[in-house]
Amino acid sequence: MTVTATSPPKADERVAELGLVGILLRRPEVGAVLGALVVWVFFAIVTPEHWIGLGGVARIVDSSSTLGIMAIAVALLMIGGEFDLSAGVMTGTSGLIAGLLSTQAGLNFWAAAAIALAFALLVGYINGMMVVKTGLPSFIVTLATFFILRGANVGVTKMLTDQVRVSGIDKVAGFGLARQVFNTEITLFGERFWTAFIWWIVLTLIATWILQRTHWGNWIYATGGDANAARNVGVPATKVKIALFMTTAGAAWLVGIMNDVRLRSAVASQGIGQEFVYIIAAVIGGCLLTGGYGSAIGAAIGALIFGMARVGIVFVGWPTDWFFSFLGVMLLVAVLVNNYTRARAEAMTTAMAKARTETEEAEP
Amino acid sequence: MSQAQPLLETQSISKLFGSVIALNDVSFSVRPAEVHCLLGDNGAGKSTLIKILSGVHQPTEGAYFFEGEPVSFNSPREALERGIATVYQDLALIPLMPIWRNFFLGLEPTKGWGPFKRFDADFAKKTVREELLKMGIDIRDPGQAVGTMSGGERQSIAIARAVYFGAKVLILDEPTAALGVKQAGVVLKYVVQAKTRGLGVVFITHNPHHAYAVGDRFTILKRGRTLGTFTKEELSREEMIRLMSGADELDAISHELEEIARREETVDQELAQVDKQLAKTLEKLDDDTGTVQ
Ligand SMILES: Nc1ncnc2c1ncn2[C@@H]1O[C@H](COP(=O)(O)OP(=O)(O)O)[C@@H](O)[C@H]1O
Ligand SMILES: [Mg+2]
Repeated sequence: MTVTATSPPKADERVAELGLVGILLRRPEVGAVLGALVVWVFFAIVTPEHWIGLGGVARIVDSSSTLGIMAIAVALLMIGGEFDLSAGVMTGTSGLIAGLLSTQAGLNFWAAAAIALAFALLVGYINGMMVVKTGLPSFIVTLATFFILRGANVGVTKMLTDQVRVSGIDKVAGFGLARQVFNTEITLFGERFWTAFIWWIVLTLIATWILQRTHWGNWIYATGGDANAARNVGVPATKVKIALFMTTAGAAWLVGIMNDVRLRSAVASQGIGQEFVYIIAAVIGGCLLTGGYGSAIGAAIGALIFGMARVGIVFVGWPTDWFFSFLGVMLLVAVLVNNYTRARAEAMTTAMAKARTETEEAEP
Repeated sequence: MSQAQPLLETQSISKLFGSVIALNDVSFSVRPAEVHCLLGDNGAGKSTLIKILSGVHQPTEGAYFFEGEPVSFNSPREALERGIATVYQDLALIPLMPIWRNFFLGLEPTKGWGPFKRFDADFAKKTVREELLKMGIDIRDPGQAVGTMSGGERQSIAIARAVYFGAKVLILDEPTAALGVKQAGVVLKYVVQAKTRGLGVVFITHNPHHAYAVGDRFTILKRGRTLGTFTKEELSREEMIRLMSGADELDAISHELEEIARREETVDQELAQVDKQLAKTLEKLDDDTGTVQ
């Protein structure tokens, strides 16, 4: 290679060197796609009669949808460099607020849901403000929020209903339309689907559009990659972070309402423990724990892997306790695969940069 | 040297961080098509001064003029909008992001309207290649992560970005600090190139030889105060080194002269190379300008 630094752009051959494989390896979601294939093939071999066909697809999709919605929001937040441990319990809080206000205070379900949304966004805003103002790790700040909400969910529900659940949500005004909009059953090709999956797909596309195709996406990657550097070139990193916390809380609200209209009730323990599942799905999808890298499609596929495992374990007839062990193994494999593919991709680009520098140095 | 009106000027600026006096009564200016070097030891206040110039900090006291009018910037963005671009020591590039995303970060070109307004990726990729090629850097793949590039290339990207976005003043905070001789030469080349395009350049460095190779005027800071501004004619390289290294402090003189003498040797070799490189570049530059016009 004797291309000089000032030669015309015939040097495109080095792009070709990277090749299709290299470009694929550079995508953050490559590990998730491989993982999804492996898991799908595994269950297709073990339990083909349940697995292959639209019936299996419907079950898998149902099991992944709300998890997927949360995973993409959490992925955006993680790309922006932060965590939200209160995201799971927030789905419960939102569902409970909407349920309690409509059944106990007699509000129209839509009004109750709107108040729940306002509350969720407020919590997201407070999470974000605390993180950016105190400089504390979001892990700690949102852990506090998690415990506060977890306690309040049970406390308030018991206080108002003497139970740990809110039932009869389907009897309130506005419920029917809300169910139509947020989460209802439809039949496609003879199989029953919950419409949350449409929300999931649409939101994945919107999140991907934002990340890849808008200046907002650039700002999110930059904020997670190096918030200070981003600020220095005029990116409002603080606002970006707060907006991402609010987005996560907003997604939790959506899932909370979806649960309300589907189950016609809300339980005080809803969502506890799910926060880690969201994070793991995002990591499987290629998000780095350190921020600045990842994809929404990856997170959606990460959620799909969980959906497959949950359904597959039931189909095969194994005890469902094993689901969590599966979760742990998947996380470990995902992190290793991501590490490997990223290192591979980076080694390639570094080798190119080095080759170039050496050619430069070799010139007189 | 042109005696044009300064692009930017500070008059008797002071800056306190709590009880730390980072800058005390500093006056400084840069004119179009001029490289003004800001010299001084670690902690002298160089970074603080340029952070005031670029809107990161506000001065505690003193006045700041841009193109003759008094200004007060509340953020780097405001300074950037007026044409003051800063390439920070810590670069303000995001290592994990591709070149084209980095290049346009904070000033993304868009197309479409309303909810379909989007970051014009094709334009960004094309432009980044063209702009870097103009500076003599041929990137094959604008999708390459910036973190995988060499230090000199990264500095050059940051400078090319500032020039592309129409900077009138280019502020460079120790752009050559972490670089080898060859790479430093590349960056010095762009400093001269920016100057010949009519920009005012504020060039911060520890290295008197880098400064002397490209500078028109020199301001030396020491413990937050200025020891004066000198033109190249007024200040020999040896004197500059003496002023910078604090050799005027009597008790330290002998020790420091020894130190300088020892450093001089390696530094002279380095310098010889840089000078050679620069002469070559300037030649090439003249040729280029000749063909462009
Ligand atoms: N944000 C800050 N807060 C407190 N002190 C600072 C801050 N920035 C700089 N200083 C102090 O101001 C002095 C000058 O620092 P700086 O401008 O970074 O020097 P230089 O760039 O010349 O090495 C140092 O004593 C430094 O500790
Ligand atoms: Mg400094």
